Amino acid sequence: MILVFIEHKNCVLNKTSLEAIAAAQSIGKDLGLKVSAVIPCDKDCALAQEIAQYDIEKVIVAKNEKLGTYTPDAYADAWEQVIKATEPQYIVMSHTYQVRDFAPKVAARLGREVVGDVIRYSADGGRLELTRRIFLGKLDADVTIGGDAPYFITFQSGAFRGDSAAEGSAAVETMDVQVGDIRMTAEDPFQEAKATVDLSKSQIIVAVGRGIKSQENIALAQQLADALGADLAASRPICDAEWLPIDRQIGSSGQTVAPKVYIALGISGAIQHIVGMKNANTIIAINKDAEAPIFDIADYGIVGDLFDAVPVMIEEIKKAKG
Amino acid sequence: MNGYSFLIFIDMKIIVLMKQVANKDAVLRIGADEKWINENDIAHQTNESDGYALEEALRMKEAKGEGEVVVCSLGPQSAKTVIKDALARGADRAIHVVAEDSKTLSPYQIANAIADAIREENADMVFSGLQSDDASYGQTGVILAELLGIPHATLVIEVDRSKLEGSVRIKRELESGWYQWFNYKLPALLTIQSGISQIRYASLKGIMAAKKKEIRDVTLPLENFASAQKIEKVYMPLKTKQTQMLGNGDAKAGAVELVEKLKTEIRVL
Ligand SMILES: Cc1cc2nc3c(=O)[nH]c(=O)nc-3n(C[C@H](O)[C@H](O)[C@H](O)COP(=O)(O)OP(=O)(O)OC[C@H]3O[C@@H](n4cnc5c(N)ncnc54)[C@H](O)[C@@H]3O)c2cc1C
Repeated sequence: MILVFIEHKNCVLNKTSLEAIAAAQSIGKDLGLKVSAVIPCDKDCALAQEIAQYDIEKVIVAKNEKLGTYTPDAYADAWEQVIKATEPQYIVMSHTYQVRDFAPKVAARLGREVVGDVIRYSADGGRLELTRRIFLGKLDADVTIGGDAPYFITFQSGAFRGDSAAEGSAAVETMDVQVGDIRMTAEDPFQEAKATVDLSKSQIIVAVGRGIKSQENIALAQQLADALGADLAASRPICDAEWLPIDRQIGSSGQTVAPKVYIALGISGAIQHIVGMKNANTIIAINKDAEAPIFDIADYGIVGDLFDAVPVMIEEIKKAKG
Repeated sequence: MNGYSFLIFIDMKIIVLMKQVANKDAVLRIGADEKWINENDIAHQTNESDGYALEEALRMKEAKGEGEVVVCSLGPQSAKTVIKDALARGADRAIHVVAEDSKTLSPYQIANAIADAIREENADMVFSGLQSDDASYGQTGVILAELLGIPHATLVIEVDRSKLEGSVRIKRELESGWYQWFNYKLPALLTIQSGISQIRYASLKGIMAAKKKEIRDVTLPLENFASAQKIEKVYMPLKTKQTQMLGNGDAKAGAVELVEKLKTEIRVL
């Protein structure tokens, strides 16, 4: 059997869990295993009926009053019991920030580890080979897992399509679980007061990455943005260094944008950046490394020094605009 | 644990896990066995988020006025560069778990070896970066916390340094610009997200002082771990999109062509 994790906040689904269902169904088909979903919750989760409409065997609501708000301790205790009671071969999850937080803990408790952030898999002779991106997206690695079940796998967001999860009907079952001492307390989640810029409406975005080298050079990118009538944005290291405010950060921790044109200057194209901009209509990358992963998703590319390209671009745009 | 929480106030000990990784700008070449890169002739650096973890530990010690910051690195002898840099930036001493072939170790094996090396230190806090920029397992810290029997938090982006009395208040990054504060009883393990605070560089004075600081080499029998994940093959990612390459290696010519495309194909000018 395969267990798939359904992530939610107050019984509202995190949609990436549908990708996990699709992944689990796919593996289940290849290996001849049934799939059941697990929802940790403090009540008879309202989400259970929604998940029961997928082509899986069971929806297991792992129930305990301490599972109302997420904590790694409570989730680990709940999962440990569900796994011991159901003895799955595989545990499949989406590689979300919450899963990064608790999945390795559950695995470690059972003397296992997680094959994390997997982008695809192949099944040969009943054995899975999983592909992970390593070196910040520059290389792929095919990975196998040793030892006995259970095996823990987390899939990268986008590795499977949530809307391809097959529909059907499943039984809903409640499993009362014991949760021990919780060594942490959670306050309410919040968004940092005031995004002064909303880049989700931008038509053209000029985004700078570490290749811009220094704070002074941001001005050059700003000139290009001005010439194009574009908004300026950045990868994480630029905001970490406080060269641009954090509300200009694009990516999994920042804003998600879908402009007409996205120009990436000196950005390598790590997955956490790409998830925030891959839906741009036209992606343009300028990078001196021909192997930079950003070129995998770019429509147009210039391999070369951005400090050569950008001043010429500004000049040519001014000419073109007359 | 409660019995010793008053000690925390007097003498806080933080262990910071730091890893040596390939330099971000290094040109990676796949090794002959196709199971890793050829690390021989490339530059290395400290893993990015580990640098932030050290910075946060130093700032916590400074906020307290006393305490000890101990760096722990698992890796080959070459990782001494990372350790010495950390000592020069202000760490007090170091533990080096020497493992020449560390790239073949799985995250559980790494965490297990580190657990053995630091268990008796009884640290109040253990920090690590949130993931390494090479293998990116993203779980060494979490597994280590479980093996040490202490709670953990990942993706920590702020620590409330004004509140450090046997407990710690930390801010975690959630997705899409959301955050959440948590309170932890100590001891605890935190995996630190890049950007938590601005990193200091080593001063000349720091570099001199580092020469007198202790680096303890530890060699442990690295246990076999049946459930390890194993890299069978590494290769360049398959390209999925047709990219129009402009300028043919000449960035200036590419820029001229690109503006032409912006005008005629992309139509935004
Ligand atoms: C949990 C988590 C969340 C994250 N969230 C985000 C997020 O929201 N947003 C985000 O962006 N990142 C995020 N990251 C970080 C991400 O993994 C990468 O580290 C980051 O995106 C890299 O930024 P970069 O491309 O600017 O820098 P690098 O990866 O260092 O790339 C710099 C690029 O510039 C090129 N370059 C250098 N000099 C020049 C030059 N003169 N001309 C042209 N090109 C040049 C280099 O070839 C290189 O490709 C997150 C990471 C984690 C683990």
